Amino acid sequence: MSTIKDSVAADTKQEFTITVYTENQIGLLNRIAIIFSRRKINIDSLNTSPSEIEHIHRFNIVVNDTEEVVRKIARQIEKQVEVLKVYYNTNDEVIWQEMALYKVPTDVIVEKVFVERLLRENGARAVVIRKDYTVFETTGHREETDKLIEVLQPFGLIEFVRSARVAIIKDSEGFNSKLREFEQKEPGQEVIEHKIPTEKDKALTL
Amino acid sequence: MELAAEETITSAEAKTTRTVTGSVALLDGLIAEGTEIVFGYPGGAIMPIYDAIYDYKEKLTHILVRHEQGATHAAQGFARTSGKVGVVFATSGPGATNLVTGLADAQIDSTPLVCITGQVFSHLLGTDAFQETDVINITTPVTKWNYQVTDAREIPGVLAKAFHIAKTGRPGPVLIDITKDAQLQKFDFAGYVPCNHIRSYRPKPNVRKEYIEQAAELINAAKKPFVLFGQGVLLGSAEQEFKAFIEKTGIPAAWTILGAGAIATDHPLNMGMLGMHGNYGPNVQTNSCDVLIAIGMRFDDRVTGRLDKYAKQAKVIHLDIDPAEIDKNVKADVPVWGDCKETLPMLTALCAEKQHPEWQAEFKALAKIEQEELIDKELFPGTGELTMGEVIQHLNELTNGEAIIVSDVGQHQMVACRYGKFNHTRSNVTSGGLGTMGFGLPAAIGAKFGAPDRTVVAIIGDGGFQMTIQELGTIMQSGVNVKIIILNNQFLGMVRQWQQLFNDKRYSFVDITSPDFVKVAEAYSIPGKKVTEREAIKSSLQEMLQHDGSFLLEVMVSKENNVFPMVPQGCSVSEIRLK
Repeated sequence: MSTIKDSVAADTKQEFTITVYTENQIGLLNRIAIIFSRRKINIDSLNTSPSEIEHIHRFNIVVNDTEEVVRKIARQIEKQVEVLKVYYNTNDEVIWQEMALYKVPTDVIVEKVFVERLLRENGARAVVIRKDYTVFETTGHREETDKLIEVLQPFGLIEFVRSARVAIIKDSEGFNSKLREFEQKEPGQEVIEHKIPTEKDKALTL
Repeated sequence: MELAAEETITSAEAKTTRTVTGSVALLDGLIAEGTEIVFGYPGGAIMPIYDAIYDYKEKLTHILVRHEQGATHAAQGFARTSGKVGVVFATSGPGATNLVTGLADAQIDSTPLVCITGQVFSHLLGTDAFQETDVINITTPVTKWNYQVTDAREIPGVLAKAFHIAKTGRPGPVLIDITKDAQLQKFDFAGYVPCNHIRSYRPKPNVRKEYIEQAAELINAAKKPFVLFGQGVLLGSAEQEFKAFIEKTGIPAAWTILGAGAIATDHPLNMGMLGMHGNYGPNVQTNSCDVLIAIGMRFDDRVTGRLDKYAKQAKVIHLDIDPAEIDKNVKADVPVWGDCKETLPMLTALCAEKQHPEWQAEFKALAKIEQEELIDKELFPGTGELTMGEVIQHLNELTNGEAIIVSDVGQHQMVACRYGKFNHTRSNVTSGGLGTMGFGLPAAIGAKFGAPDRTVVAIIGDGGFQMTIQELGTIMQSGVNVKIIILNNQFLGMVRQWQQLFNDKRYSFVDITSPDFVKVAEAYSIPGKKVTEREAIKSSLQEMLQHDGSFLLEVMVSKENNVFPMVPQGCSVSEIRLK
């Protein structure tokens, strides 16, 4: 995993994606959420889903804060008993997507032919087409999904919803081999290391 | 049931199952974990467990407290003096919410507790049933781990996990909420298996040799090294390793209030207490040392004062078992994470044998200033109103530092910790992080159960005593031998001190009226005495200590004495005021 760009000072706020591998445990969402709320830190986006490994869940949490704050938060999360591992990354270090759905009246769409072109330009596709309304879907970064709202607003956008961010860490080798180590009583150094990133370090893991 | 219970715990190999209720499985598990005492209070939703414990009177002592908060503090006192896990029983709803203060206190002071709460039947969860409260969510921020059991078959495994989590790594409180149906449910119990591994839980980080080497290098090159130690030394049972480290390196050391006693008060390298009301030398020298070695402490704001003026000149080495503590408040140049029981001997081995006579002499010189300007007046006033310090001084002389001192919170706490003499580890029990008034009396009860062969003296103010005064009933009923000293200044003294110093003496609601404490004690069949004259202090303390059983001694001290030295809020530690 790469370091934070030298150009970005550690005390400037920016978007971080925090990736948390956890056991699938009732109440854990609350335990993680209160780590943010206690410090009055807003969660911009939160997604929980299964991971590549059965029974292991993955949280993607997006916050806008300084690297120092995020590192401390990440350590507090990793301290929770049912949390296996926490990573945090800048936007440069992850591939991410958000999905959005847009509901518009079908008659308007049908009348205005150029709408179809606009949709194609924005990479949207129709999910449902009914006599009264049509639902489009698009996936992308925030700016892209936002742009389509603007495009559709004049055509009587009825409803809009956007998902949380899901993100893949560019340099990650996945969690499978790590989990096997976690299951050992005496795992290797690297797996359980609570590493503090320094300028010369390659990893941003804790 | 008595017979059935016996066969479970005898051997781990006996894999024959037997049909038991969840309650019996719980009690068998507690016994298998070595639990001998439970502090608790029954109620509707925990009745099945209380019915089961009726048959366990021989194996489990149950201490009936007078309020569930008292149960948590008693369990804390027990854990702090014994080094074992404190166990608490409480019912659902108000019983469970009354645990919150004790849990928060145990969480911030890293005290291992396992609390069991009853809960309404599982089919009633979320229906606002009688005495139902969402105890899991209420206690999440104040527990290391918590879990709700709705099926009896989960109980042995969950209890084993709870003990493992509570006592390993950085210890802390754990809560298990068990629905009434799970307590009643019968299942095939195959015997209790303790837990020693949870894949997602790493109690202690692996030690990194290169950090030990870097730390040793800094220490060996240091001209003015200074050690700060906290409760981590006690929690890691690393007192010997710690002593060996400072003795070999000749480094002066100072303690946080929870670290007191890790080395004896009169050890030549023990330079005293850190922080807001700590000793003069340690605070001043923090800002003139060249290498600061923090061991098992977390740089609380009461220790550091103003952070941006804290030890900026020094290289910081931080030894802690909890990686989240490294860099949390003070940036570490060398983070030595790990159990100090392991890291200290490794560090000692790499450190050169040294003495720092001149540097140590600087501490002694500052100590002399403090002694002459302040301590002598507090401990040996001779004339005028009685001081808290002289009571502690007499107590030290009579117990010769062998007693366990339990304090409450406020001025008397600072005086007790500053001047109390501790020859042994696990002898200073106080509420450090949370500052819980009302902690003292119940904690003293637990402390005595945790160390039955030692004298336990509770030092409490007139305010804090009235917060958990009902635990006198627990003392009466259990017959526990606790010596209680009330240092009565007829004020909520610490707040009054601040109002005097920082709010132009606007004494806002700090003037507190008290009942006749000696008569209250008498009503609970506890003998007592009130002291108002200097001449009577020593003989009364003697009478208290010699009495076979609990005794309450109320000493009327100066109303408006202040605790000094003091690092005023917003000031750096080196700006400590002697008056």
